[in-house]
Amino acid sequence: MRAGKRINYPALAAVLMLGMTAVLPAFSGGMERVSAAGEEKTPAAGEVKEPAADEVKAPAAGKEKVTLRIANWEEYIDEGDWDEEEAIDLDDENGTVIFGENSMVDDFTEWYQDTYGTEVEVEYSTFGTNEDLYNQLTLGNEFDLVCPSEYMFMKLIAEDRLQPLSEAFFDEGTEENYYVRGVSDYIRDIFDTNTIKGEPWSRYAAGYMWGTTGIVYNPEEISKEEASHWALLADPAYKGQVTVKDNVRDSYFAALGILFEEELMEPEFVSSPDRLEQIAERMNRTDETTVEAAEDILKDIRKNAYSFESDSGKADMVTGKVLANYQWSGDAVYTLDQAEIDDYYLAYAVPEECTNVWFDGWVMLKDGIGGDEAKQHAAEAFINFMSRPDNAVRNMYYIGYTSVIAGGDSDIMYAYADWCYGAEDDAEDTIEYPVGFFFSGDDGDEDYIITAESDQADRQLFAQYPPGEVLERAVVMQYFDQEANRRINQMWVNVRCFNLTDLTTGEWAGIAAAAVVLLAAAGFALKSRKR
Amino acid sequence: MKRLRFSRKQLCIPYALFLFCFVILPLAVIIYYAFTDGSGRLSLDNLVRFFTNGNTIGTLCYSLAVAVAVTAVCLLIAYPTAYVLARSGLKKGPVLLMLFIMPMWINFTLRLTALKEILTILEGNLSLHPFLNTVIAMTYDFLPFMILPLYTTLLQLDQSLVEAAADLGAGPVQVFLRVTLPLSMPGIASGITMTFLPAMTNYVILDMMYNSTYIMGSLIGSYFNIYDWNNGSMISLILFALICIVSLVTDREDGDGAGNRGAVL
Repeated sequence: MRAGKRINYPALAAVLMLGMTAVLPAFSGGMERVSAAGEEKTPAAGEVKEPAADEVKAPAAGKEKVTLRIANWEEYIDEGDWDEEEAIDLDDENGTVIFGENSMVDDFTEWYQDTYGTEVEVEYSTFGTNEDLYNQLTLGNEFDLVCPSEYMFMKLIAEDRLQPLSEAFFDEGTEENYYVRGVSDYIRDIFDTNTIKGEPWSRYAAGYMWGTTGIVYNPEEISKEEASHWALLADPAYKGQVTVKDNVRDSYFAALGILFEEELMEPEFVSSPDRLEQIAERMNRTDETTVEAAEDILKDIRKNAYSFESDSGKADMVTGKVLANYQWSGDAVYTLDQAEIDDYYLAYAVPEECTNVWFDGWVMLKDGIGGDEAKQHAAEAFINFMSRPDNAVRNMYYIGYTSVIAGGDSDIMYAYADWCYGAEDDAEDTIEYPVGFFFSGDDGDEDYIITAESDQADRQLFAQYPPGEVLERAVVMQYFDQEANRRINQMWVNVRCFNLTDLTTGEWAGIAAAAVVLLAAAGFALKSRKR
Repeated sequence: MKRLRFSRKQLCIPYALFLFCFVILPLAVIIYYAFTDGSGRLSLDNLVRFFTNGNTIGTLCYSLAVAVAVTAVCLLIAYPTAYVLARSGLKKGPVLLMLFIMPMWINFTLRLTALKEILTILEGNLSLHPFLNTVIAMTYDFLPFMILPLYTTLLQLDQSLVEAAADLGAGPVQVFLRVTLPLSMPGIASGITMTFLPAMTNYVILDMMYNSTYIMGSLIGSYFNIYDWNNGSMISLILFALICIVSLVTDREDGDGAGNRGAVL
């Protein structure tokens, strides 16, 4: 037998199968996977650390190890490794100093082991867009705990893919329940009152970061008054000077803001007691007439704007290529910080008509948790650990966004806001900036007033902790049902695609001339080839 | 003891595997989605929609315009360059060629970022000439792909034919049009395939150059983003067919010079 001359088919099949199993996970694409459990330690019997108290005993106690698969946005958690001078000395009553030495994920595994006596291994992945995450989830059982934006978790709730948070998670009597004990009442209220199919968000979701949408602008070129209206995006006076988000939901919201501007700005409307509900009703319209009107506005915006951008807006704002940029508050803070390094001072405005209050929140996946109580316990503990005030500060410092945690009994969150924005004692031009709406539900609360430099009323402090009067026009944008989604996406494609009827006669003539020249050249080349 | 020996067939296995997993399998999936509707039923709706929808036709025309312009500009710049490099008998020819190729060693997003700054200085506001900027950026990016095949073809061109034509009384223009140009057609053909196709789909360049108009690549992406695999796949398939046609047409020209294609690549 001439070995090696014939293909061994069974072996080839085996190789193929192996290849497939190796390749299939690669299709999931775009995800980075970092195991954060450190070296594998299997504690010998008896060495398992006893839990501090019996009542906090996890259901997993005695079980060897829990694996928790988490997916979060890129660069959306403290990764530790701070420089020593970065230590945050809050200068509060307890002299709290906050310092990110190890990554938050490592700290969590250690804390979980110390507190509950169970070892947890965290497989931490990141995603780039909500849609990427959703596509990833359609591939099957990939994650246990994920952190999408509100419209995506609304979609997941509607599709019945989420595991409700346990009753124990909401017990304010438990020391370790940092989330329910610390979350701002403003946020808690939104999570309780917004419902999907009759169920409140809070049954499934715990907030992480939040903010508003608005406009970053250069105050030397654009007045605050102009930047405080959505119409700036389509203003011919600033043709080619404004960038808009390349994102159908945000752009649609801005278009509706322009569409309903007159109504929303009427003094009677502004002073009506149900203003917020009225705004929410208008900004969530998805009927054909509204979508068509929005399409026309977005086409105007497209012609007028510098560009739609998905990532370049921040840099273009900092380098001065554009004068204004439609932005989320968290990225606005980042943009302002970056520009400040070059002594370039930008500002942030929230349109007077309305703004979109957005959230990123933790939710557990039903098929990921799979009824495993130990796993669910670890997932909820992770949410709580992220919500512990000192950790929330670490994440905020690292990311630049605003945590949903107000701190509850702890004053750390407020002390951090004051540490960030409080003016120096000898500063002259200061204002009294109320942040009580977020911290205690009332801007009049004297305990929560930051003495800040006066420009902060239009800058980072304003972006990070909007005052009550802004939140009185901040509405949640619901997720679109399938029909509305199709309509709005079609509208967006219409806006973006080239329309042949837009061409002028002159342009047609130019194209025809170019085509003739090219055809002649091609014909000549082919002819010369034949000779 | 048997010696470990591989036949030629067996040596093909790694590539065959690669081909199967990353070319044939995905293509089969695309064909499946292209000819089914959302619920998995066989349907030609996607095909009909492509040709009846103003958006897809407009996008197709716009992409073609970009691709034709980029290819033409690349050819106009690359041919004289390659001609000079190959014909002048310069000892430093390969070094000069390397200088043209060198930009490829730097990541293209980085190069485009730099280009953006230069164009901003020249034009003031990039948003006023999106089409022009796109053509400039793509030309910048794809030029080496046009120069390389042209250079190899022209280098291998038999100099005695040129001399013979001149001896027989042809002027320089005639020599070029009747001898050099026809003989370099294979190089032109592979250069066109290598610039035309990416120019129709590379939407990252459009994004970076602040051109908010969709080309075929971004249109496919927008359908995939809303989980409409079916329409997205159909557009991909039609683009694929279009590319096949372009390749077939240019391949005929390329026939006897197939060995030259991208020989230096």
